[in-house]
Amino acid sequence: MAAHAETQTSHPNYVKVYIALLVLFAISVLGPLLGHLWITLITAFGIAVVKATLVAAYFMHLNIERRYIWYLLLTMLAFMGLLFAGVAPDVLAKSGQNWYHARTVQPPPPLHH
Amino acid sequence: MAHAGEFPVPLATRRSATGIPTGRLAVWWVLASEIVIFGGLLASYIMFRLHHPHWADEASHTKVWAGGFNTFVLLTSSLFAVLGHQAAEHGDGAKAARFLRLTVLGGLVFLGVKTIEWSGEIRHGFTIYRDLFWTFYYTATGLHGLHVLVGMIILWIVANDAARGKNLHRVELIGIYWHFVDAVWIFLFPLFYIAR
Amino acid sequence: MQPAHEQSFWSRYVFSTDHKVIGLQYLFTGLFMGVVGAFLAYVFRMQLAFPGEHVPLYGVVTPLQYNALVTNHGAIMIFWVAMPILIAGLGNFLIPLMIGCDDMVFPRLNRLSYQIFFVSTVLILVSLFVPGGGFGGAWTAYPPLSASAQFNHTPWGAPLWLIAVALEFVAFLLGGINFITTVMNARAPGMGPMQIPIFVWMVVIASIVFMASVGPLVAGAIMLLFDQLLGTHFYDPKAGGDPLLWQHLFWFFGHPEVYVVLLPALGVVAEVITVFSRKKLFAYKTILYTSFATGVISFFVWAHHQFVAGIDPRMAHLFTITTLIISIPIAEMTFAFIATLYGGSIELRTPMLWALAFIAEFLIGGVTGIFLGANATDIYLHDSYFVVAHFHYTFFPIAIIAGFAALTFWFPKMFGRHMNETLGKIHFWGTIIPFNLIFIPLFVLGAAGEHRRIYSYEHFSQLFTPGLQNLRVLATVALVVMLLFQFVFFYNFIRSLFWGEKAEANPWRANTLEWAAPSPPPHGNFAEMPTVYRGPYEYSVPGRPVDFWPQHLPQ
Repeated sequence: MAAHAETQTSHPNYVKVYIALLVLFAISVLGPLLGHLWITLITAFGIAVVKATLVAAYFMHLNIERRYIWYLLLTMLAFMGLLFAGVAPDVLAKSGQNWYHARTVQPPPPLHH
Repeated sequence: MAHAGEFPVPLATRRSATGIPTGRLAVWWVLASEIVIFGGLLASYIMFRLHHPHWADEASHTKVWAGGFNTFVLLTSSLFAVLGHQAAEHGDGAKAARFLRLTVLGGLVFLGVKTIEWSGEIRHGFTIYRDLFWTFYYTATGLHGLHVLVGMIILWIVANDAARGKNLHRVELIGIYWHFVDAVWIFLFPLFYIAR
Repeated sequence: MQPAHEQSFWSRYVFSTDHKVIGLQYLFTGLFMGVVGAFLAYVFRMQLAFPGEHVPLYGVVTPLQYNALVTNHGAIMIFWVAMPILIAGLGNFLIPLMIGCDDMVFPRLNRLSYQIFFVSTVLILVSLFVPGGGFGGAWTAYPPLSASAQFNHTPWGAPLWLIAVALEFVAFLLGGINFITTVMNARAPGMGPMQIPIFVWMVVIASIVFMASVGPLVAGAIMLLFDQLLGTHFYDPKAGGDPLLWQHLFWFFGHPEVYVVLLPALGVVAEVITVFSRKKLFAYKTILYTSFATGVISFFVWAHHQFVAGIDPRMAHLFTITTLIISIPIAEMTFAFIATLYGGSIELRTPMLWALAFIAEFLIGGVTGIFLGANATDIYLHDSYFVVAHFHYTFFPIAIIAGFAALTFWFPKMFGRHMNETLGKIHFWGTIIPFNLIFIPLFVLGAAGEHRRIYSYEHFSQLFTPGLQNLRVLATVALVVMLLFQFVFFYNFIRSLFWGEKAEANPWRANTLEWAAPSPPPHGNFAEMPTVYRGPYEYSVPGRPVDFWPQHLPQ
């Protein structure tokens, strides 16, 4: 298959990548335990982005694939950002020119474990 | 090229004007379409999560240790998948099959933990109807679980072929799909299990 | 797979993996569903022209039935007529031929796509006959009407409809992957990106736009299905859900979808006008890049369908600007087509008549869209017949006019015979003139403020303008006349299929690779796979003895 020439040159040590993923994962679980909003965002979500990028680059071999495949996948993600940007002003709105959100949604009663 | 009973692949399939093998090119497009499906679902979830502060309380009832363990399981199964790909590249079908079967085992453990998780949650009253948070939770993790199941089936079929030295190029392809399933979970875990 | 001479009827025609057979399966299904969709329109227009009267071949129309007729007419025409004919039918048949290979790269996936599509067709038809009747919540299926049988009164029809649409999406997602990978990888040697026929490019761009836009709606459809079948509350404000979310998910897909069908139609027109004006396509690269731009911009305009739904007014301003901007690339392509025709040696054969009609009629559709795309004027025009007339002046050219252009143009290639030219022209005029007589009255009605999706004004006298009933009757009569002329087409089609004059490989003296194969092409398409030496539109090249120069000829 045509893949041979590309992949025989650079073989990342997959186990090393895996260990990096595990370390990052541990941080992402511990970070939110500190309870601080920005630390949670950076550790839980920021690290999620880093981990997904590592999986994409090294396990899926996107870093040696044709560049436009990266662009394709990132464009799809960008469209999701566009969707969010276009819809969030409506779904998240709590009041408008002639209305306000009456907050009729009651949280369900707490349960005993 | 075609053996008796085997499907004769057209000339078109073996051409490659882009240089990327056709099978792999197709998998990238499948992933592209999956990104927008999961993306649409999760973008909707994120909007609602930001809009309803009480969802954080609901989210505190998901089992972080179960979700976390499952993240570890999927990451490990991804490692096995890519090691299987490495073996297939060197022509070692039997080794690739072993790694792929370990990947399937990882998927099985994942689904097993999820089953225990879900049944526990349902027993305690956190059903799909309790709150819209839980509706999203079951829908999103359920859709993901469906993808895990489908992936396991395809992994098994590719492993069997590889063990007989057939279609080794497909090891890489199912691997890419599996890594995607792993990547989706990497985002599902903080979205549903971390209560802010 | 057995050798061709040993294949049974089933493996050759029903379970075939050959792209030509699959393409024709889609085409015939699309044509059949076109008849169904047209019949639905006939029934509800009869109700509008003669309220409460018995409709011949149907009966009396009840309010619930009216809603179901309107809903399914829309859904069927878009998902089961326009897309299968323009994209799956023509795309499947023509793409491997036009790029010079022997089949799609994934023939079995191709067959699976049709099988899924077939199931979706059965489901939508079945949904019309289940207890409670077909779904009547409009093709836009807004919740809470679509989510709850308590409101829509179609407990079977609503989920069946939704599942049918979802399966159609899956079929076209799979098909799209086949088209994209085939065109990217399986082209003949010498066919670089700029030598690909515009129709092929258009199908690829359409498939990408479809794929990117349908994802969120698939997610939304799963949510709606859960609301319908499991009683969840994704779209229920009382539980914290939001019906506006569905609207956004739907239109995020719904708007790019119209370009998904428009681009292949433009591709058909491009192929036809170059052949019948014996002239190179004006500004190939511009048309190509404009098509990409249109595809991208189409993702930024969706909320113009929601101007009066209660969206943030600041977003409405934004979407007005983007919507007006998107008219520019389309206008540019229209100009490019006109420039292609200008100075050409025009042959007014039937396919060319259809292609010219497309340009004229779509122009009207596009221009009337401007009024709707501006949020201020849309406040008045929203949900009026003006909208209906606008989108029929766009969809009808796309699905029907371009569809007939394609069928009459490629009929010799598909079936190895010629269609009758005189019957073709009669059918053409018998379709185009009545078409305008149906929808110009609807523009007038809409501008006068008449609401759409209303079964009868019996209980809404304040909405009824008595002097305008004549226009409603005129539109209906014109529709009946137009439908009667379609018999001319079917007669011509079937007669030519069996007894038409035999066609040679290249009856239109065209350049693209499909005309290098026999008519009809055998399994495998070409005896020897072609190599490409030039672009697809080298017509009337100075210094050459003939006015065309096929892509595959070395000299």
